[in-house]
Amino acid sequence: MSTSTRVTGHIESPAAHRGALAVLTEWLTTVDHKKIGLMYIGSALVFLLVAGFEALLIRLQLMLPNAHYIEPETFNRLFTMHGTTMVFFVGMPVLFGFGNYLVPLMIGARDMAFPRLNAFSFWVSFFGGLLLYFSYFAGSGLYGAGTAPDVGWFAYAPLTSRVFSPGHSTDYWTLSIFLSGIGSIGTALNIVATTLCMRCPGMKLTRMPLLVWLYLVVSGLVFVTISPLTAAQIMLCLDRYLGAHFFDTQAGGSAVLWMHFFWIFGHPEVYVLVLPAFAFANEIIPVFSRKAIFGYPAMVAASVGIGFISLSVWAHHMFTVGLGPGPNAFFTFATMVIAVPTGIKIFNWLATLWGGNIHFTTPMIFSLGFLFQFLIAGLTGVMLAAAPFDWQLGNSYFVVAHFHYVLVGGILFMIFAAFYYWYPKMTGRMLSERLGKWHFWLFVIGFHLTFDFMHIPGLLGMPRRIYTYEADRGWEIWNLIVSSGAIFQAVATLLFAWNLIRSYFKGEIAGPDPWDAWTLEWTTSSPPPSYNFAVTPTVESRRPLWDRKHPEEPDALFE
Amino acid sequence: MTTAAAAVTHTPAEEWKQPSRGLVGMACLIVAESAIFIIFVVAYIFYTGKSLSGPTPKILELPIFSSICLLSSSITVHFAVHALQHSKLKATVAWLAGTVLLGSIFLGATAQEWYNLIYHEGLTIRTNLFGTTFYSLVGLHASHVIAGLIMLGLALVFGLFGKLHQHHAERLEVVSIYWHFVDAVWIVVFTVVYVLGR
Repeated sequence: MSTSTRVTGHIESPAAHRGALAVLTEWLTTVDHKKIGLMYIGSALVFLLVAGFEALLIRLQLMLPNAHYIEPETFNRLFTMHGTTMVFFVGMPVLFGFGNYLVPLMIGARDMAFPRLNAFSFWVSFFGGLLLYFSYFAGSGLYGAGTAPDVGWFAYAPLTSRVFSPGHSTDYWTLSIFLSGIGSIGTALNIVATTLCMRCPGMKLTRMPLLVWLYLVVSGLVFVTISPLTAAQIMLCLDRYLGAHFFDTQAGGSAVLWMHFFWIFGHPEVYVLVLPAFAFANEIIPVFSRKAIFGYPAMVAASVGIGFISLSVWAHHMFTVGLGPGPNAFFTFATMVIAVPTGIKIFNWLATLWGGNIHFTTPMIFSLGFLFQFLIAGLTGVMLAAAPFDWQLGNSYFVVAHFHYVLVGGILFMIFAAFYYWYPKMTGRMLSERLGKWHFWLFVIGFHLTFDFMHIPGLLGMPRRIYTYEADRGWEIWNLIVSSGAIFQAVATLLFAWNLIRSYFKGEIAGPDPWDAWTLEWTTSSPPPSYNFAVTPTVESRRPLWDRKHPEEPDALFE
Repeated sequence: MTTAAAAVTHTPAEEWKQPSRGLVGMACLIVAESAIFIIFVVAYIFYTGKSLSGPTPKILELPIFSSICLLSSSITVHFAVHALQHSKLKATVAWLAGTVLLGSIFLGATAQEWYNLIYHEGLTIRTNLFGTTFYSLVGLHASHVIAGLIMLGLALVFGLFGKLHQHHAERLEVVSIYWHFVDAVWIVVFTVVYVLGR
């Protein structure tokens, strides 16, 4: 902020010496990519706890048959808020937070290309999240009907029309997603401009860390996926406020058009969320295998390939609508094709591990869990990609189990790995390995209890979004197991939160490069000064820090 | 760090050049905006001829004069940037004023068209699917024209007060690219709504 910190600021003066107000002002007005990144991550963690609590309530209600702990209307709000929060206010912010923090550091830049746009994007997304939850207090509107949104996270028409959703709850849903979309587009624009225009000398595109490559692909994908959702939200607003008829089936409008518009966003969104998880794996797995990543160009090509193919698979969410044989065949084919570049990535990670000197640190074991679980998630994905199979199981708990396997078993595991890996850089202190191992094992047990067994009631015909069920369906034991797993996950997550707080004060001092890693963020102090690098780095290869540590055999000779 | 920095005092063989972040940022914005327009155009095409009652696209008249105005404003804004690059400040202001004027004529023509449709033809956004898709697509474009006019108008005001200089040329160029995009979108909207949709 002030020029004095810029001139003197080798190490930021400790917060204790300044008033709380000064610290607050600094964070509220900051345009530093690291602080904004941390705020993204912090807000995502808060929303993670909230949405996780909602999931616990859902599982409590479904644990036993004929339960009535929660009213049906409340249940509808819970799954709507859980889904919306997790996708838009946990997933996106935490990934953008890491991107914000890491991309400039990894390419040797001083800051993002547009620091003020960066701050704007964060705040607009954050207030979008607050707006969503404000609906609990203000969503009843003039008609006194409903509080929080209860239309499901994909809000199919015509349920969202004024007739079926009176009051303002659906408007809170629409507007909060609209705001989050503006923030996402702003941040994506920033990441692309930073990556293309702010690289330090020698950092050619072919030498960029794979994390930066993947964030470039993700950001490109955000433009063409989030924008359609934004457009659809504008249409929904016009329908609800000006009496337009886009999704008004009474006046010839089409409910299926909303499904198309939503899933044109919705499926690539999965890749927007999973590609950063791949990005973390690309950095963490090589460092703890003590080998350079296997097949760098193939990894880049596969990522770009996933980006393109992901745009042509959306209607596999709509097989049960009855699209006809032509589209069904096309979308089945496209969905199966996307397994190819994803498979390339899995093979490359395995080849990186192969013959490596593997260090089983907490970030690494989370990455290995990710590899295994993401593979299984992909396999059930291929099963659901077959239209006839989907007709049988669409809208059942099998689908819920499948996408939670991707989102939790894949993405969340990699996010945890990223926390353990970069927390030392962000705070200057290591997270406790002991607590980390407890976190991992409890979470793995809880995850598999919940989501492995969730497939079974789906196969037995249990539909998603029902608030309770009869005792004679054969679903009871499975739901009991699924719900008991949720308790393990909750305990593990609280342990993780405790680890974050405790290590901030008592963790081992990390130093600039605790993992003996190879990318530029580890060349500067932990936490980095506001200017990142005292001298603009120059790079000659994909592993600049390796070159500095091993001047006798730099990578530049072999690339 | 200092030792590490010293280890790589290799002089880079080629000059280190990267694209301008303003231009890249605007290109990204245009990609995102295009996606929004595509969704609205798809909705327009999807609902063409599906209105259950009320006026049809046959009532539309070709907005030829205003389209010529808008498209020629692309040329004037190009000359404005060109003039600023060569430090011809008066010419810049003149070309900018021309651009703003042409854009305003377009907006005025749209306003008149809408007035006519609403009060004489009885077509509003609630009337039928044609009204819904027509006003939202054309209105979305018009709102982009307004955004562009605000940016160009600001540049014009700065120019009039003598605050516009040659080193602002790249920023003006970024605005001009946005303006070209708005014009290009109009060609699509014109074709879809007034030519094919009729």
